[in-house]
Amino acid sequence: MKIKCRTISRGVAEGEVLLTNDAISFLGNVEPETGEVVEPQHQLYGQSIAGKVLVFPHGKGSTVGSYVIYQLFKNGVAPAAMINLESEPIVAVGAIISEVPLVDRLEKDPYKILKNGDMVVVNSTEAFVELRNE
Amino acid sequence: MYLTPEEEKTLDGEYGRSLQKAIEILVALGDIYGADKLIPVKSAQIAGVSYKTIGDAGLEWISDLEGKVKIPSILNPAGMDIVRWDEMGIDPVFAKKQQEIIEAYAKLGIQTKCTCTPYYLEGFNVTLDDHIAWSESSAVSYANSVIGARTNREGGPSALSAALVGKTANYGYHLDEMREPVVTVEVDCELSGSDFGALGYVAGKTIGSRVPIFYMKNKPSKNEMKSLGAALAASGAVALYHIEDVTPEAVRNKFARPDEVIPVERTQIDEVYETNKDIQSSEIITVGCPHCSVEELEEIAGLVEGKKLQKEMWVCTAREVAERHPDLVQRIEKSGAKVVCDTCMVVSPATNKYESITVNSGKALAYVPSMCKVAAKYARIEDCIKEAGVVDEN
Repeated sequence: MKIKCRTISRGVAEGEVLLTNDAISFLGNVEPETGEVVEPQHQLYGQSIAGKVLVFPHGKGSTVGSYVIYQLFKNGVAPAAMINLESEPIVAVGAIISEVPLVDRLEKDPYKILKNGDMVVVNSTEAFVELRNE
Repeated sequence: MYLTPEEEKTLDGEYGRSLQKAIEILVALGDIYGADKLIPVKSAQIAGVSYKTIGDAGLEWISDLEGKVKIPSILNPAGMDIVRWDEMGIDPVFAKKQQEIIEAYAKLGIQTKCTCTPYYLEGFNVTLDDHIAWSESSAVSYANSVIGARTNREGGPSALSAALVGKTANYGYHLDEMREPVVTVEVDCELSGSDFGALGYVAGKTIGSRVPIFYMKNKPSKNEMKSLGAALAASGAVALYHIEDVTPEAVRNKFARPDEVIPVERTQIDEVYETNKDIQSSEIITVGCPHCSVEELEEIAGLVEGKKLQKEMWVCTAREVAERHPDLVQRIEKSGAKVVCDTCMVVSPATNKYESITVNSGKALAYVPSMCKVAAKYARIEDCIKEAGVVDEN
């Protein structure tokens, strides 16, 4: 199944879905050395976003968050790709400089069609997300 | 978003990876904010300079970039005076990292002048309706409001991208319709000097991120408008304001008076001067937020003439301004005050070691307590110098 979307950061990547309903402030919520979510109040507390297709509504917090995404990338623990409901500049800039494909505004609600552990391809260059389960 | 064939080629990587990433950032921001195209910009001011803010990750990113900027570009204030950091009590490890960041920017052809007042520098003069890509919030406010140029408040990577590409996405304050005032601020008394910073400190909280138009009892000078704008951007998130009959767009466009009115009274201004009044004597006095103009340096030089200050006092300004006026620097420093360049009390970690500070800036008053954990008092410039513990030399 292919779902159309809007391109924010170009690229193609495949990975396992990790969903959260909480917005993410990369500065403070995520440990740049490991990719682990370290904010106790966060839905993903204790989990690693490394190599995942991270689905979250949007970014929040300090603009330094863009550089934290770059740090994750440099340390080899960035997400494989990211899907937002609506991207904002912090995550958009962070994704672009870190070569992490990022899309938003999926044609279908990602929270209804995707679940944790699904294998998906995010092809941001051609503006689609493909569910690979079958 | 429409891209020219040349811009498409850049986006496809024909001119290398750094330029590709840069234009990708501009296009992504343009898409997020609904821009129709990219537009040329005259100059760029780039945020993300202090090592305290961007850390090793930021340094690594800037160092990895290649190429040269296409337009005159400078930097936001750094975490220290690039030359006299030792006198400020800056840790040598911090200083080394700070130097590395500045050198990484220099490699890209960026002028390593670190200031919040680019409009005082050679090559950065802007005029009404010019499009620019500036970062520092008070500089953005001054350019938009006092000069009538057009800029959004750029983040570090987006300003750097604009500098490399020579363009920015056409949205926000680049558009006529986003520049119209939506809220009226009615000031019921005459103001002077640091009253304007106090006004910005008071009104910014209510205005938030909207565009206000001020109705004043008297016309402020450009230095006073600089203080007003800096405080509005710090206590609120105001990037553009108008003053009826004063600022260039208000004069030209004859804006309709918005229905929502925020009244400001003398008592509210006076209350700002009462902040932390139980602190008998503060440890350090800092002025020059935003960086001092030549006129402000002259005023301070006159006020400290023939006096010896008992406490640490910083007078912050742009290095280029200080270098153009060695006589003024000498007159100020003769009193024991330090003319500090490239940085300020808000962004330098050197401020953190004090318990209390006196400022004449509404912006500093808004930021120093939270960013540096230092209790701040507010005073007029004359009182700042008295607070520094004046002893007459004669």
